[in-house]
Amino acid sequence: MPFVNWLKRRLVVIAGLLTLGYLLLPNVVVTVFSFNKPKGRFNYEWQQFSTDAWKDPCGVADMCGSLSISLQIAVWATVGATVLGTMISFALVRYRFRARGAVNSLIFLPMAMPEVVMAASLLTLFLNMGAQLGFWTILIAHIMFCLSFVVTAVKARVMSMDPRLEEAARDLYAGPVQTFLRVTLPIAAPGIAAGALLSFALSFDDFIITNFNAGSTVTFPMFVWGSAQRGTPVQINVIGTAMFLIAVLFVLTSMVVTNRRNKQKA
Amino acid sequence: MKTTPDNSGDVRLSGISKTYGSFTAVHPLDLTVPEGSFFALLGASGCGKTTTLRMIAGLEEPSTGTVCLGDQDVTYLQPYKRPVNTVFQSYALFPHLDIFENVAFGLRRRGIKSVKKQVEEMLELVQLGEQARKKPHQLSGGQQQRVAVARALINHPKVLLLDEPLGALDLKLRRQMQLELKRIQTEVGITFVHVTHDQEEAMTMADTVAVMNAGRVEQLGAPTELYENPQTTFVANFLGTSNLIEAEVDTSNGDDIVLKAGGGKLVLPAERCSAPATAGGKVLVGIRPEKIALTHADDAGEIPAGRNRLNGKIADASFIGVSTQYVIDTPVCDEFSVYVQNVERDGRLLPGADVVLHWSPAHTFGLDAAQDIDAGTEEEVAA
Repeated sequence: MPFVNWLKRRLVVIAGLLTLGYLLLPNVVVTVFSFNKPKGRFNYEWQQFSTDAWKDPCGVADMCGSLSISLQIAVWATVGATVLGTMISFALVRYRFRARGAVNSLIFLPMAMPEVVMAASLLTLFLNMGAQLGFWTILIAHIMFCLSFVVTAVKARVMSMDPRLEEAARDLYAGPVQTFLRVTLPIAAPGIAAGALLSFALSFDDFIITNFNAGSTVTFPMFVWGSAQRGTPVQINVIGTAMFLIAVLFVLTSMVVTNRRNKQKA
Repeated sequence: MKTTPDNSGDVRLSGISKTYGSFTAVHPLDLTVPEGSFFALLGASGCGKTTTLRMIAGLEEPSTGTVCLGDQDVTYLQPYKRPVNTVFQSYALFPHLDIFENVAFGLRRRGIKSVKKQVEEMLELVQLGEQARKKPHQLSGGQQQRVAVARALINHPKVLLLDEPLGALDLKLRRQMQLELKRIQTEVGITFVHVTHDQEEAMTMADTVAVMNAGRVEQLGAPTELYENPQTTFVANFLGTSNLIEAEVDTSNGDDIVLKAGGGKLVLPAERCSAPATAGGKVLVGIRPEKIALTHADDAGEIPAGRNRLNGKIADASFIGVSTQYVIDTPVCDEFSVYVQNVERDGRLLPGADVVLHWSPAHTFGLDAAQDIDAGTEEEVAA
């Protein structure tokens, strides 16, 4: 049975390709339909090829404004959650303080709790405090739920770090600040970067919590959701495709840079 | 590099101790390491040797006492302000920096701009010039070890501290690095303080060895001095092997002490007895296995007079090439070890044979009988 043998030898590759296809298919659909020229208001049926939407990505009213708000929130939420989360991780790993155990488990609550519950309770809190819903309430909410992801990523890294490395730095004439900047931070960097990337992605596409606490502010996911009721502009697919391409480019570049660096060293 | 003997490389520890809660890691301890010497702190794990080293480095603050480098009291000086560098156990190389930057780290932190020449010279000294742009994980254990030494030495510290630096290497490489480190120390003339649990390593490398046990220095001296004339059962057992037997003091006449053991008499030079010897009192008599000669009982008459003698029966013999190790059953101890060089082997010395053990009184040493006779033996240390 030559076919069965052929299949046996390539089973892993075939399974891998099928999985990859399963993951990529939605992205392919989004990309293909970004070149569609729909007849009605809904972009669900293929009509004909066109680059109109790519030529005029901000042609839909309010869409680019919501995109800009989403990006701003994502950037600030990433910065805030990464800085706070990194500090919390170091505190949890390095220091013994009262309520350390409580903090250790409470920090993961946002990850475990159903989003809709958290969204509703946050709204209650904001309303009772008399806070003005909008950019700031969204940002506070995002930093809160991103924190647990940053802590998870950074804590693992800090825990596996040999404390002797910092002792070695201190032994080699590095004061506390130099030790942190030259040794501690660079070694923890991969964990911090992973936490930051996760935060950005989570914040950018969060809908439930944002929708509850946004007031009259409209973020990009809220815009997509809202427009889906009345008709889906092709530009949404354009933005989606662009985001996907930027992410892929980002990964590829970092891979090329690492490869080249390793080759130089060898 | 400093060559003038201004004693600024002396390490003086006065009454330093370290306690963690109710646990005393190091009991108050006085120690002087002269400048330019290779000094070893030897002991089993948990004996306080690493804690002592860390107090010199400044990574641990002593509970009492002072640490002085030359005339400078550095007890409360931060580690990054001390002219002392450490080679850490498992090296602690910075994984995110290449070999060149690892070695340059100390220079850069002190604000030295042109480090290239110095780093290259240092890498040459440890034969790693080719590896400068590699990351630590790309090197073998022995190479990493040499980077750790280079990274510390490039700063020309007054004292170099080595914390079990060879522990992670295999036996052959360890031997090689022992000689290498000794060569480097002779070349740069810096004071080395070396912590190890390997007695052979300590004796091979160090000028002076301090044997530590349970947070105290048991004995301090040159390796030969420690080996030939141990003062405690711990030192006698931890450095090599010793046969220890309990004996009663018969007479003590100034130069020699005569002891009663197993029906016979043994002579012990008074200067080699670290315990008070009064007639009727007990002492422990020690003798190294390789100092003992074995003669078959039939030839007992040929043994010269004036030697210490014991009768026994061979219980076990193992041939290990250069020597044969015998276990002898004697009236005073049923596991007397004797190592005999295989120069001319007597075919009659087989298990079951009656033999006479004899040795020169000058090789006998006497210890205080109030101690644990098994202290420092392998089984005891492992337990």
